[in-house]
Order: sequence, then structure tokens, then C-alpha cells
Amino acid sequence: MIRVVLPYHLRNLARVNGEVELEVSSPATVGAVLDALEARYPVLRGTIRDHGTLKRRPFVRFFACKEDLSLEPPETKLPDLVAGGEEPFLIIGAIAGG
Amino acid sequence: MSKIRVLVGTKKGAFILTSDGKRKTWKISGPHFAGWEIYHVKGSPADPNRIYASQTSGWFGQIIQRSDDGGKTWDTPGSSPGELESPNGFLKGESNKFVYEGKVGTHKWYDGTQHPWEFKRVWHIEPSLTNPDVAYAGVEDAAIFKTIDGGKTWKELPGLRQAKGHLWQPGAGGMAVHTIILDRKNANRIYIAISAAGAFRSDNGGKTWKPINRGLKSQYELPDPDAEVGHCVHRIALHPSRPDVLFMQKHWDVLRTDNSGEQWREVSGNLPTDFGFPIDVHAHEPETIFVVPIKSDSEHYPPEGKLRVYRSKSGGNEWEPLSKGLPQKDCYVNVLRDAMAVDSLEPCGIYFGTTGGQIYASANGGNSWNAIVRDLPAVYSVEVQVLK
Repeated sequence: MIRVVLPYHLRNLARVNGEVELEVSSPATVGAVLDALEARYPVLRGTIRDHGTLKRRPFVRFFACKEDLSLEPPETKLPDLVAGGEEPFLIIGAIAGG
Repeated sequence: MSKIRVLVGTKKGAFILTSDGKRKTWKISGPHFAGWEIYHVKGSPADPNRIYASQTSGWFGQIIQRSDDGGKTWDTPGSSPGELESPNGFLKGESNKFVYEGKVGTHKWYDGTQHPWEFKRVWHIEPSLTNPDVAYAGVEDAAIFKTIDGGKTWKELPGLRQAKGHLWQPGAGGMAVHTIILDRKNANRIYIAISAAGAFRSDNGGKTWKPINRGLKSQYELPDPDAEVGHCVHRIALHPSRPDVLFMQKHWDVLRTDNSGEQWREVSGNLPTDFGFPIDVHAHEPETIFVVPIKSDSEHYPPEGKLRVYRSKSGGNEWEPLSKGLPQKDCYVNVLRDAMAVDSLEPCGIYFGTTGGQIYASANGGNSWNAIVRDLPAVYSVEVQVLK
């Protein structure tokens, strides 16, 4: 089980409170978590990654155990603490704009 | 008695204003989709309780929202539990998927080179006149999409970008289909307008399109006086009873055509400035039109700090200022292109929203105005529904 923290606007869009818990088959990678998240909440498709290309949207960032994984490829494995559900995978709306 | 519902899109959410037919006291609900940019909210003429909204964000992209109860509750179409998975096992949830058809292609970029089309957001949603499940979406980068399933899925009508799309170039505000007009007398005829490409017409339901910009002059932006595309059209409008007569607010110049866009002529007449964004037509007087003159393309606010709507009762050329109830000093707001609408009551109601967050309404054809709300976020769009 992997815990995912969504940014405020995406929590509202998906109509969830607090963290989301997802079952992700091993190995738990960034891409696998996003696939599982979008499978559970299809309304989030296109809001984190672009439709079609699946590229990360420019002002969305990924963090795990204080590590910035935003620029890592989707097959990047998550830290054991995140894969084991002890620490959350964070999806952040980047500080940008005004 | 009739009821009025005004649908407002703003920089930080949507608002719904309601009143009875007297249009004196108003109730305000919202913000809906708080914190998101709402480019446009529009109801279906075939089912007024079916309302579509374009919700967008620089962070999280494009969302289409739909209400089937007049704006009380909203949902992303196709997201109810029974609809989430298609029979072949693929996930749905594609109401926010706007993907260009076929080879993406390129358009002209600011430096004159070619640049690939990139979807950014939906500027305008135009529901069908007859079927609440059918609607058109005008998007940036400029293209038109259509849904036939109530917004669950959208498919591009790619013929538009074949109308010399490689010569279209973004203006400072981007390159978007911002106006879509459906002809009540001819179901196959659609007019659209793009900044900064011009006006276009389809006579076969959107399969193919032709530029309709003859007579437009944009001498500084377009040195070629015969340029078919590239004009910065800010808005076009028509009266439903006369779909061959269109009025246009261009970047500079107010114009009209009496033959479906085959030829335009300028009708700016005695306007204090012919720069502006919205233009609209009186509900019962096809020759009565409204604009809001803005000082210039460098100074997007009313001349002399006085907010004035200008009305022509002669289809242009002779204009009168309408200022009663509008601020006549220290006013430096703008009125954006989709932020004016008219209702069909008698007398005709006119509504417009400002970048300062005011919604002004006139219940007497423009003779006098009241702010029905003053402190909303910057207003992007205003639409009005008359409910029986």
C-alpha cells in the first residue's frame, strides 16, 4: 500500500480528504503510482501528466522522503519507506505564478 | 414570472446570479470551483438546466464541468462510478482530453518560424441549439472540438486548422477560438473567430471552413491589405433573426457584414476610440448594437477613466454614450470579449463584467445601469439565461 498526498485543488477535484492509499504492484515506481492514481480517479487524468505523452505538467512536482523525483524517469523506483507505506509520495503544485 | 440566471466566469471561480424578471434584486451563489480560472460558463438552449463550464489552471490543466440542475451541483462528465470503465477495460474519464486530430501540424510563431500546435485551455463552450448533449469548444491553441455525449469525450473538427492554419499567429493574449456562433436558421452554418487569425465560416457543420475577412484592414499588424488570415478579431455577434448580418469588434475598428462575412465594412463612426473587446446585439432590435470603447491596445481601460457603453441604433456609424449608473471618474477596468450578454425579456437586459469584478446590468436596453455585484475576481465571461 502506498500513501499519496495530493495538492489541495486535486483533492477537491477527486473529492477526497487527506491522503489517498493505493495498491501498487512491485516494483513501486513513480509511473506505477501515477497509473494507479489515475485508474482510481480518472478525473485526474491530464491534470498531473499530459494526455497522450504522459509528460509531467510543468508546475507539478513529485517528492518522496525529501527527495525531488520530478525530473526522474517514470520507471524510477520509490524509496523503500514510501513503497512500504511508512512515508507518503507527495504530489505538489509548484510555487509559481502569483 | 420569468427568472433570470447570469453565469459568470472569473479568474478565481464561477458565480451564478439569479433574479426575477424585474431584475432588481439578485442572489449570488459561488464561488464554484474556487481558485480555478473559469473561462466560460454557458447553458444549453435546449435544456437550460444543463450548463457547461470550462475550468482551467496553469498547474493542473483543463477540466470540463457539467451541471444538470441549473448549477446547484456539478460533475465532470463521465465520472460517475458506472461510467468509469468502458466494456473493453480501458479507463474513461476523458472529459478533459483535448487531443488534436491526426498530424499536429504547425502555425506561425512570433519570430516568423513554424511552431507546433499545443493545447492550453478551452476559452468558449457553445452548446447546441437543439441537443443538450452536443456542444462545441473553442480552444487555445486555436481549434474547435465537438462533444456529442454531454462532454464525456471531445473530438476535434480538424478542417478549421486546414483553413490556412500555418499562417495563423498568436497575439499577446494567445491564439484561441474565442467565439462560436451557431446559425438558428441553418443548422450547417457555424461562425467562429480567432485571435489573431480572423473570422471563419463553415457551411457544412464544421467539416470545412473558409476565412471571411475581406474588408478588414490591419495596416500595422498586416502590411498585406488583401491578407485572408492574420486579423486580430476580438468578437463577432449577430441577431438570431438575421444570421447573415454580423457585427465585429476588431483589435481596432468596429465592422459589419450583410452577406455572412463575404465583405465587411467599417462602422466605427463617431466612437471615441474603436478599440475594444465585446460587441453584442439587442435581443429585439437587430440594428441596435453595443460596444465598450477602450482607450487603446497599450492602455486597456476606458478613455478618461469613464466607463461608458456605446449604443448604435442604426447598425453602426452613429453611436451614443450610455453612462447613467456607470462610474464616470477614476475607472480603469477592462471588459473582456466574452463578458457581455443580453437577455430576451422586454425591455431587453444587457449585462457586462469587468476586470475589476463588477457585473453591471441594465434592465432597459442600456439607458441606465446598476452594479449587481461589485467585488468578484476579474470577470472573464458573462452569459444570461431566461427561465420560464
